[in-house]
Amino acid sequence: MSGYTTVLSELIKKAEATRPARVEKARKGEHFPALTMEQRQQWLKKYHPDYKSDGRRKLLIGPNKGMELPEEVASLIESRSRLNTKAVDLKKADYETDLLVIGAGGAGTAAALVAQELGLKVLVSTKLRHGDSNTVMAEGGIQGATQEGDSPYFHYLDVIGGGHFSNAPALAAALTNDAPLIINWLEDLGMMFDKAPSGRMKVRHGGGTCRKRMHSSGDMTGAEIMRVLRDEARNRDNDIKMLEFSPAVELILDSTGKAAGAVLYNLETKEYYVVRAKAVVVATGGFGRLHIQGFPTTNHYGATADGIVMAYRAGAKLQDLDSTQYHPTGAIFPEQNVGLLITEKVRGLGAQLLNVDGEQFCFPLEPRDVESACVIRECLDIGKGVVTPTGRFGVWLDSPMIDLLHGEGTVRKELPAKYIQFKRYDIDISRVPMLIYPTLHYQNGGIQIDEWSRTGIDGLFSAGEVSGGVHGRNRLMGNSLLDVLVFGRRAGLKAAEYAKSAKTGSPLSLKHVDDFNKEIEGAGIRSAGVSPILLPDYAPDHVKARQIV
Amino acid sequence: MAEEKKLKTLATGDKTIPPEGAKMIPIYIMGREYVVPETLTIMKAVEYAGYSYVRGCGCRGGICGACGTFYRFIGDYRLRSGLACQTVAEPNMIIMQLPFFPANRPGYDLEKMQGAPHEELRRLYPEVFKCVGCGTCTRTCPMDIDVMDYIALMKRGDLKGAAIKSFDCVMCGLCASRCPAQISQFTAAMFVRRVYGKYILPKAAHVKKRVDEVRSGKYEKMLDELMSMKQEDVKKLYVEREREPDLAESGKWMPKETKNL
Repeated sequence: MSGYTTVLSELIKKAEATRPARVEKARKGEHFPALTMEQRQQWLKKYHPDYKSDGRRKLLIGPNKGMELPEEVASLIESRSRLNTKAVDLKKADYETDLLVIGAGGAGTAAALVAQELGLKVLVSTKLRHGDSNTVMAEGGIQGATQEGDSPYFHYLDVIGGGHFSNAPALAAALTNDAPLIINWLEDLGMMFDKAPSGRMKVRHGGGTCRKRMHSSGDMTGAEIMRVLRDEARNRDNDIKMLEFSPAVELILDSTGKAAGAVLYNLETKEYYVVRAKAVVVATGGFGRLHIQGFPTTNHYGATADGIVMAYRAGAKLQDLDSTQYHPTGAIFPEQNVGLLITEKVRGLGAQLLNVDGEQFCFPLEPRDVESACVIRECLDIGKGVVTPTGRFGVWLDSPMIDLLHGEGTVRKELPAKYIQFKRYDIDISRVPMLIYPTLHYQNGGIQIDEWSRTGIDGLFSAGEVSGGVHGRNRLMGNSLLDVLVFGRRAGLKAAEYAKSAKTGSPLSLKHVDDFNKEIEGAGIRSAGVSPILLPDYAPDHVKARQIV
Repeated sequence: MAEEKKLKTLATGDKTIPPEGAKMIPIYIMGREYVVPETLTIMKAVEYAGYSYVRGCGCRGGICGACGTFYRFIGDYRLRSGLACQTVAEPNMIIMQLPFFPANRPGYDLEKMQGAPHEELRRLYPEVFKCVGCGTCTRTCPMDIDVMDYIALMKRGDLKGAAIKSFDCVMCGLCASRCPAQISQFTAAMFVRRVYGKYILPKAAHVKKRVDEVRSGKYEKMLDELMSMKQEDVKKLYVEREREPDLAESGKWMPKETKNL
């Protein structure tokens, strides 16, 4: 019948057995009771990864000493440098440039383009290929108040309300005020927006928006943005030099404490290079591939928080880095779909969540963080999760209810991309349920910046998911693509101004790295690893056991 | 304690722990045999075998084009292709990833087209017009794009058609690697899509208008006011804001409160 194993197919029968009664109740408008406000808090505190204290600890060193962070992030930050700083010859720069941009996703590329327009020579360091980033994976759209019935004022209200009023107001204002400029810039660069024949942008609502301002390019908006920006940067390769597979591993300061470059590491030849620059933009993205508390992720292979690590050692402050967005319904089977986002729309259309016995255990449309907590509770505490052939826990998302409730063909019409994604593996989601589990989606916090992407260290700018404050503790759909471009462009602009006017050229220094290593020792951290880790390690245990050299 | 133990048996992140008794299958990574559990993607099977990716791995979600892969089955002459992160490893697959392929990509200035768009295409990519129509590109494309067809549309000067037809391209380069006419289809298509987006798709007049308003500083005052407000006042505005109906017609619908537009 399907791509499910025999064992799972047997379990599906339990869900099928309870389905007619559930559909009957749903038709009558009866639903599983939602949690009370008190229960929500209890569930969140007990089961949401952000609230669990046992997966978190306080930072022992650095500018944010005492800040509570997920264990994985804290350990990464309190790791030693990869560099033997004594062996690095800072007197001889391998590359000299006006601006060094670290990271070549949406934010880094936007910064490079703007700085180049202002006359700078730009060197871009990137860990993988140009464009390998979460930007390329963003599907739904990019917000911007471009329609007559909307304005940055209302966009601002949506952003700050969605962030539970924890956003930095100046950053939210910059984000929303620049948004129409960004849409216009992309249009001028030849992006294929979804438009009406008149040229008017097609716009939709997103979760938590009061106006329709989600601009899109099919269901691959981020990919289209990235390939357009990359193509434009390639047209300017006289001034924008791209170093692929050469991530930065430490920032370089000068003797006066200003950012003055970085040490890069060629992943293939294993060489280190010294870059001297008048200004530096950090745009390295988020931490999804740290798999906080073992969660799968929707993130790109390179999302290992390198920029956070380097900037913290150089003295930059962090904020809200303990806040992570988990999407309640990530695919957990088949293996090739693990981490894949299953849109909220599936539940909006009436699909319920079921445990291994085919029973409902929560109201399907709780707020995202609460819904995630319910699923985690059912699997890890109650013990009624479904175990997949690859050893993962999940619960059923009963998508066949949708056609029963709204008529044959609704799934295929309303959820075409998801339908195809599962059909590819012989799973017809209009006939059989999906297996889901919360998935790590977005790093809400990061390096503290002001509205011009300045970090507090002279000459060091930061943009995109690596920075915090823009979205507060919760981000709305369509604002991350906007974020990377708004603050990427602002970083490029201010970095260019800075590079032209600031007094640069003092001797280069890695003293901050030595100092940080000493601080680790001083704090008695014995188990310190080495970071940035650059790439996640997916070698299985049976291989590791033989890697004995 | 019990919970901790349970957690340890769980697969975490992207690492795969096959269940006891999982069926194992032979695959041949660049000809070398490895035995891996069935149901994995090629990418995860390669990692299971012990490889650590530097090249040939990107979004792991089928959109970045880093993991284009060719494969054959033992005893079958047919050459197949797919994305390693989206294709399930099957018994007796001989696998070779193609993380990079050199492409022809002449630089250009989108702001200064030297002639009509289709003439510019001919100037930049004359090889497109030497397509022999073999269809290998179409058979190779892991995104199921009819590559040969969009090349044909380019030859006819139908840039709109070519832009739309090539839209799903992830730029993995597999098409170019197999082309007997040595065309770099995916870079030519990138050029065509940008030309279409900039010069052929009608412009959004409302965006231009809004840009002028933003540049005039119109909204900075409103935003300053919001930023300096007490949090409970902002909360009140947030709760009371009017929601545009889902089916409202853009450009026609106006909210009751127009003061802050």
